[in-house]
Amino acid sequence: MTEHENAALRWIPLLPLIAAALSGAWLVFARRELPRAAVIALACGAPIASFAVAVVQVVSLATQLPEDARFYVDNLYTWISAGDFHAELAFLLDPLAAEMVLVITGVSSLIHIYSVGYMDADHREDRGFQRFFVYLNLFTFSMLMLVLGDNLLVMFVGWEGVGVCSYLLIGFWYLDDANAAAGMKAFVVNRIGDFGFLLGIFLLFWSFASAGVPTVEFREMAANIGLLANSSVEMPAWLSFLPGYPSAPLLTIACLCLFVGACGKSAQIPLYVWLPDAMAGPTPVSALIHAATMVTAGVYMVARMSFAFSLAPGAQATVVWTGALTALFAATIAVAQTDIKKVLAYSTVSQLGYMFLAAGVAAYSAAIFHEMTHAFFKALLFLGAGSVILGMHHEQDITKMGGLRRRMPVTWLTFLVGVIAIAGVPPFSGFFSKDEILLAAYQAHSIPGHYALWLVGLVTAFLTAFYMFRLYFLVFTGTSRASHHTQEQIHESGNWVLVPLVVLALFSAIGGFFGLPDAYGELFGVQRSNSLHHFLQPVVHSAEHTIDHATEFGLAALTTAVGFAGIALATLLYYWRKDLVPGIVSAAGPLYRLVRDKYRIDELYDLVIVRPLAAVSRGLLARGIDQGLIDGIGVNGTANFVRATADGALKYLQTGLAQSYILAMVLGGVLLVAWLVRGT
Amino acid sequence: MGDISGYHFQIVAALIFSIGALGVLLRRNMIVMFMSIELMLNAANLSLVAFSREIGNDQGQILAFMVMVVAAVEVAVGLAIIISLVRNRDTVNIEDTSQLKW
Repeated sequence: MTEHENAALRWIPLLPLIAAALSGAWLVFARRELPRAAVIALACGAPIASFAVAVVQVVSLATQLPEDARFYVDNLYTWISAGDFHAELAFLLDPLAAEMVLVITGVSSLIHIYSVGYMDADHREDRGFQRFFVYLNLFTFSMLMLVLGDNLLVMFVGWEGVGVCSYLLIGFWYLDDANAAAGMKAFVVNRIGDFGFLLGIFLLFWSFASAGVPTVEFREMAANIGLLANSSVEMPAWLSFLPGYPSAPLLTIACLCLFVGACGKSAQIPLYVWLPDAMAGPTPVSALIHAATMVTAGVYMVARMSFAFSLAPGAQATVVWTGALTALFAATIAVAQTDIKKVLAYSTVSQLGYMFLAAGVAAYSAAIFHEMTHAFFKALLFLGAGSVILGMHHEQDITKMGGLRRRMPVTWLTFLVGVIAIAGVPPFSGFFSKDEILLAAYQAHSIPGHYALWLVGLVTAFLTAFYMFRLYFLVFTGTSRASHHTQEQIHESGNWVLVPLVVLALFSAIGGFFGLPDAYGELFGVQRSNSLHHFLQPVVHSAEHTIDHATEFGLAALTTAVGFAGIALATLLYYWRKDLVPGIVSAAGPLYRLVRDKYRIDELYDLVIVRPLAAVSRGLLARGIDQGLIDGIGVNGTANFVRATADGALKYLQTGLAQSYILAMVLGGVLLVAWLVRGT
Repeated sequence: MGDISGYHFQIVAALIFSIGALGVLLRRNMIVMFMSIELMLNAANLSLVAFSREIGNDQGQILAFMVMVVAAVEVAVGLAIIISLVRNRDTVNIEDTSQLKW
């Protein structure tokens, strides 16, 4: 066991926490900002130092330990000890956590650096340069707690922590009511998911405890999951219409509960509505939290709990279909959006759908691979969009952009790399990861309708290529549609902004080679080239490729062709024949408006959930129970009763004549004496 | 005279106490009411001392001293109240001081 103990792990999450605490305490107690250089050094130094520690530890993990026992554990202290149950505050670095930690600390470092440039250019009265970095560091800490947690409880602490930081950062410019409302929406929707997650944790713990292993620790749960494979829970009578009533497989129920949590955090149907609104936050926040890291927490959790999901086919089918439908649904919405960040937001929802599609067909390494490449290219796209927004003086409407290519050359080139990567053009990173997912769906014979899943993924790939190139052409090519005043002021961003863009562009381009499928590697004589898959395999047990190489290349060619078809269509409509677009839009008419209005899902939720809930809260709970029962009868009722009794009757005892009081006293004394001497 | 016993002391004490109590209840002059209260206190003293001698326990006598001290204190406070009442309202009639009612 000793070779697995590693006290260095704690510093990975602790460094950002220390930076956030120092910086935050200074803000609270000194009531002014630190010198600019100190803020930057603390804020950017912490994640960079974390990244350095993480790299050293991951290298050591990969080289010092045997392949089938690669994990480091760092026990800080026993957090909860009750009876047989122990929960440690402990960190676990295994291949799965290692990949996440490297992506999180790496991308987070770049985005911290970018944020210096971005927040400098912000001249709002409530800009809060230092406050921003306190939140950002705190977020990095929470995210690292989430992925490094050795048990479900530590993970849950991080899970809630990232939710809070997300709320704080979405509503960062809180003087604008809309931003504050978006923050609250994100928090409330996430709470719905968290409720499911908590139920899942309780259910798993309760079942493990009844099986004699009271634990929430990942490795212990994985080792003992067989005990629960045949357990079942009783369903309540109102669920009698379900198949299998009155008993349901325990693991399916538990995994479904966990998946509700994943849906909330990773913005899947039906809980995706918060993510597009979360774009109200500063753009680096959208890149870090709402594209690269936090929203992938749900995928990570499903991969982390893969030992349970793989024994729960019902839950897996739910995961895979939710992911596939979300991918397609969000991609169609992205086609008709005109806000540059909204396009990217729906694209993120769609790509997260892909990841769940992969996780659901047990291709966990493909899901994590896509998580990694997506972190690169989507962070790049968001940061590029942020650069565009800065250059356009906070204009986000792509119909008012155009022709930025010559004015912002570095942003243009890096953004183009990101667009090509997400569109799935080989050999950019998105091609390999997306292809792995589609392949996994194609060969997943245990899932009902897996060809349909594959087809949905293929259509989504087409739509992805189309809407990303639509965005690219509208923003960077043609002539500028901005006002003359804005046009004169368009400028390329500073180096704080451009350096992270270039680094991310590099990784978006070559990131796919971390997980190059074995079939491609063998072309060049490299065995086991899918290093990510083989690295993760001891932890997450992904499905292997079962189809022959010819089919694999055929499918890849088809995917590529579909991607190029999307690109071609976008080029036709938004580059060569722009005159066609208004005709198509008016021909599509109501359908176009429906898609542009995001299928009016927010309005539907408002009508079906928010309004009835508000009506019940206001009418029954507030007026009826709070004001009526508690205030009316309980509080004011007591007071009114006392006053009425006193005013109506008791006050007449107070005659003001001292001698009447004395008479009462004497009579009382006489009665008292009579009582005392009774019976003698 | 040898016929006087504890019983007689208690009768006298009870009589004095009743006179005091009736005085407090029936008279309107605060000075007189005050004097009646003193009568009740001293009746209690008499009762205490008489019982003390009869039972042969000194505690009653000690308690009588205690009551005297309390009475002296009470006079000091009570007379001060009456004097300030006279100064402010020029009356010692208790029926004229009935403002503290509903």
